Amino acid sequence: MADIDTKEPVYVTDKLIAEDIDAYLVSHEHKTMLRFITCGSVDDGKSTLIGRLLYDSKMIFEDQLDALQADSRKVGTQGQEIDFALLVDGLAAEREQGITIDVAYRFFNTEMRKFIVADCPGHEQYTRNMVTGASTADLAVILIDARKGVLVQTRRHSYLCHLIGIRNIVLAVNKMDLVGYDQAVFDAIVKDYSDFAASIGIESFTALPISGFKGDNITTLSANTPWYSAPQYAGTTLVEHLETVEVLSSVDADKPFRMPVQWVNRPNLDFRGFSGLIATGSVKPGDKIRVLPSGKTSTITRVVAFDGDLDEAVAGQSVTVCFEDEIDCSRGSVISVADNPPQAADQFESTIVWLADEALIPGRAYWLKLGTQMVSATVQEPKYTVNVNTMDRMAAKTLELNAIGVAEVTADKQIVFEPYADNRMLGGFILIDKMTNATVAAGMLNFSLRRSQNVHWQAVDIDRKQHAGLKNQKPAVLWFTGLSGSGKSTIANLVEKKLHRMNRHTFLLDGDNVRHGLNKDLGFTEADRIENIRRVGEVAKLMTDAGLIVITAFISPFQADREMVRSMMPEGEFIEVFIDTPLKVAEARDVKGLYKKARSGELKNFTGIDSPYEAPRNPEVRIDTTALSPEEAAELIVNTLLGDV
Amino acid sequence: MKTLTHLERLEAESIHIIREVVAEAERPVMLYSVGKDSAVMLHLARKAFYPSPPPFALLHVDTTWKFKAMYELRDKMARDSGMELLVYQNPEAREKGINPFDHGALHTDMWKTEGLKQALDKYGFDAAFGGARRDEEKSRAKERIFSFRTSSHGWDPKNQRPELWNLYNARKAKGESIRVFPISNWTELDIWQYIHLNDIPIVPLYFADRRPTVERDGMLLMVDDERFPLLPGEEPVLRSVRFRTLGCYPLTGAVESEAKTLPEVIQETLLTTTSERQGRAIDKDAGGAGMEVKKQQGYF
Repeated sequence: MADIDTKEPVYVTDKLIAEDIDAYLVSHEHKTMLRFITCGSVDDGKSTLIGRLLYDSKMIFEDQLDALQADSRKVGTQGQEIDFALLVDGLAAEREQGITIDVAYRFFNTEMRKFIVADCPGHEQYTRNMVTGASTADLAVILIDARKGVLVQTRRHSYLCHLIGIRNIVLAVNKMDLVGYDQAVFDAIVKDYSDFAASIGIESFTALPISGFKGDNITTLSANTPWYSAPQYAGTTLVEHLETVEVLSSVDADKPFRMPVQWVNRPNLDFRGFSGLIATGSVKPGDKIRVLPSGKTSTITRVVAFDGDLDEAVAGQSVTVCFEDEIDCSRGSVISVADNPPQAADQFESTIVWLADEALIPGRAYWLKLGTQMVSATVQEPKYTVNVNTMDRMAAKTLELNAIGVAEVTADKQIVFEPYADNRMLGGFILIDKMTNATVAAGMLNFSLRRSQNVHWQAVDIDRKQHAGLKNQKPAVLWFTGLSGSGKSTIANLVEKKLHRMNRHTFLLDGDNVRHGLNKDLGFTEADRIENIRRVGEVAKLMTDAGLIVITAFISPFQADREMVRSMMPEGEFIEVFIDTPLKVAEARDVKGLYKKARSGELKNFTGIDSPYEAPRNPEVRIDTTALSPEEAAELIVNTLLGDV
Repeated sequence: MKTLTHLERLEAESIHIIREVVAEAERPVMLYSVGKDSAVMLHLARKAFYPSPPPFALLHVDTTWKFKAMYELRDKMARDSGMELLVYQNPEAREKGINPFDHGALHTDMWKTEGLKQALDKYGFDAAFGGARRDEEKSRAKERIFSFRTSSHGWDPKNQRPELWNLYNARKAKGESIRVFPISNWTELDIWQYIHLNDIPIVPLYFADRRPTVERDGMLLMVDDERFPLLPGEEPVLRSVRFRTLGCYPLTGAVESEAKTLPEVIQETLLTTTSERQGRAIDKDAGGAGMEVKKQQGYF
């Protein structure tokens, strides 16, 4: 190793290890851990810097160094000198191409800390890998070649790090040896970067002049940059900075307690514990907690661990807790401090990074995994995508590989969440293709789109079963769907009269009537029609909770909207009644004169004319109005309902 | 507020991973090789599910050529943890009498690589925990924590699922399986320190003792039983040695050492200048890419 340019590492541990191993072990035991990523363009010297950090902390052994020297002569780019990059670049294919194509994780220790480095590639097509590496990082080191200054790639990497929420950014101006350690060059680059950083919302960063190859300002302050100790500069070495910066988990420990439940531990009837990784805050016996989404409260009795119960556990620890009361809690639940719980919602604005070759299909259902919750979810057409080179917002119909966009995400049930900016574990999610099982996207929830966000489910003593029991009936929704003029209202009215005579407690929700009151703020655009149906669905659900048989008569032309209402109801309580009248027949009847108006263009978005009607594929009841009289139809529906009940 | 130490963070991460697998896989199993990494992985599993025993079996893919002391500890640990121990030996390798002396690389291929595939297929395991660490070897540094294998157990390094935050995607098609590496982010020093702090039982071969050894091809090999064929002129010599890694005894080189306690072993490890896997013949096959090629073929 005579021909590499290395100074003796400054770590003093060797002496301590040799003289007092027990003292060394005690000091090592108390080290903290920092995870960081390095990003830079192809030739910024990233792998060389990491090789240097490993070398200086004695993580490169003689046999590896021997192999490295042999490799360096064969394929190296540093002449007869050691090519540290070869040490870091792992897979055979990329060794030949001379580029890093995936995220690689490296480890080294100093006196104070253990470090895990995610080495991220700088190529544009690998935004995916950078986002992956950044997602677990406390800090990012952004490398700049001093000869080239701030490049498009520098901006891209900075934007991505900021997007993933990395607060600690280090600007490492590398290859200072190749610009003669010139202060003016360094100052100009820092000024340039500073302007850009401010424009994308990076509040602060630490800039250092270094040479990964020569070792300047890595572990010791370099004699080549005497100007760097002036007060306007950080004046620290890279390692010193990495050793002292605050880690994410200690910031998280000061937030309110939240723990997603991974697994229910039930070895026997006497023990019931809930296991998980604490996302934020701390927990101790006696704490009042609330389980989401049920909203039930209890008190922590024990924080169980293999080596004896704990007095307290904090963010970042994997624990098992026990409650005083037997309340519902299972995988996917979130245990929270009782008086400050997170929100639950099913519709969000999210920032999404697309990771798969196959582009997003808006409206298609993907699996969404957030914490330990797994739901089915759809993504709308993006509101915009961001050009990571210029930061410009652009219109888009979909998200392609490596695209970053903002879009609405709708889940099929409520998710307990917090905005990503407040809580990575309850705000970060992945999307999984249901066919291929590939991880296709990473997302960050920004906020919920419903006003339900600060409302928590209130458990009540008289539940829907008791309401229905008093009325001596099984609640249900008879959901009539069909063209305008098909006979929905007429038949629905007859059905209610029949049921009423049979002492059933019913309520008829009619389309026109609801639009006079509850939904009078809604028009007939597609969005308003969907909202109209959603509200009716919610009202119908409340009424079934009260024990009623609800009859609704709405055109409800879209399959997806009817399915949405169906999914709100308990299994078997949604009875879809398709009033099947051919368009010709309905138009000929034209009781309200609406078809005439639609045909003349006076009425827009009219179902059957210039807006489609999606007929139900498998309705519980289908009424052919050309074959049955209204009375016969009502009879059939009532029989189906009661026969089924 | 308390800042967690690096070992506390590593422990929490590993426990989280182990629990995710149990929650999402249908039939998980833990590959148990009886080495120090397996010892730590098993200990973490016991912590993850305490007071329940870990809800999966231990699987030892046996080559019949492990050190005697390893078989002893293996059986003891299965008893202590209350877990089922499955031992699998490739019947074809057994029938053909495959051994490390006569068959070289074929020995590892048949007993370990093929044996592992057969065992996973036989029991229908869809997730298998392994004790590999990213600091061991270059291609391991880029492997995911959840590593997918096709139904023929192949690994495609170009087509790995991205792993973000601590969200692991464990979904897979029928016939596919996952290899899960819960101690990916631990280094050799972390492993030793954790064993020290938690008093985890390990095979005594890790500590120096006077053992019968012969020197062959620059490696010190221990004559662990009478199956060791001595070459002309070879005579076992009692040397004070210990092992940095444990595998099949005829393939595992010892180092001369006086380190009889764990702190002494750690001291020696830290002051040494050769890497841990150097004592293993397997990594040297096929040039620098030896391990990567083996993994694509299905080696753990």
